[in-house]
Amino acid sequence: MTVDLVYFAWVRERIGVARETVTTTARTPADLIAELSARDPRYGAAFGDVSALRVAIDQELSDFDTPLENAKEVAFFPPMTGG
Amino acid sequence: MRLSVQPDPFDMGAELNRFTNDASGAGAIVSFGGIVRDDTGTMTALELEHYPGMTEKAIGQIAQQARDRWQLHDVLIIHRYGRLQVGAPIMMVATAARHRKDAFEAADFLMDYLKSRAPFWKKEHGAEGTSWVDAKDSDEAALNRW
Repeated sequence: MTVDLVYFAWVRERIGVARETVTTTARTPADLIAELSARDPRYGAAFGDVSALRVAIDQELSDFDTPLENAKEVAFFPPMTGG
Repeated sequence: MRLSVQPDPFDMGAELNRFTNDASGAGAIVSFGGIVRDDTGTMTALELEHYPGMTEKAIGQIAQQARDRWQLHDVLIIHRYGRLQVGAPIMMVATAARHRKDAFEAADFLMDYLKSRAPFWKKEHGAEGTSWVDAKDSDEAALNRW
């Protein structure tokens, strides 16, 4: 499937782009991370410590083992610091 | 109910006056305002990045949770993004209720959730460069109170 990936804060800085579209066979965000990390070291630098990451599927905060199903947009970012 | 995600500065006093005037029938108004703080003495600006689309959605869900849980007449949430100067307002929440307990608790709940569940990220700009602000474990733990 084809999915839009969006990155924020230092995840975006380490990967070097804010948004990209990828074709993937990943079934979960964890699969996506493994697939991307094998593609290019930039992803390894951003995704190395999963405990420091959060993921949103179609703009809803999700878990790394949540099925992607027909997700259009998956976002990776550090823990949020609003307020 | 007004929920605003905006780059522009806002006048906290004017916002609170408007909110108070519109909250007819309420007996209690509670407000909180967040200001850009410089703990190191070397900060030149605070940059707030956010996730357009998800931010508005997340804030709407957080506000709805508060309304489901407490008896509220009205809720106001304003949160800025972009480059902010030290001393500038970052955000404010206000709650209007019949009684103060609902207004206080709902405002406290809103702040805890906005801190850890609204997709904003803070970056400090200083003379030595820039650094992302890390989320605190205590912020995540604060959610367990609710």
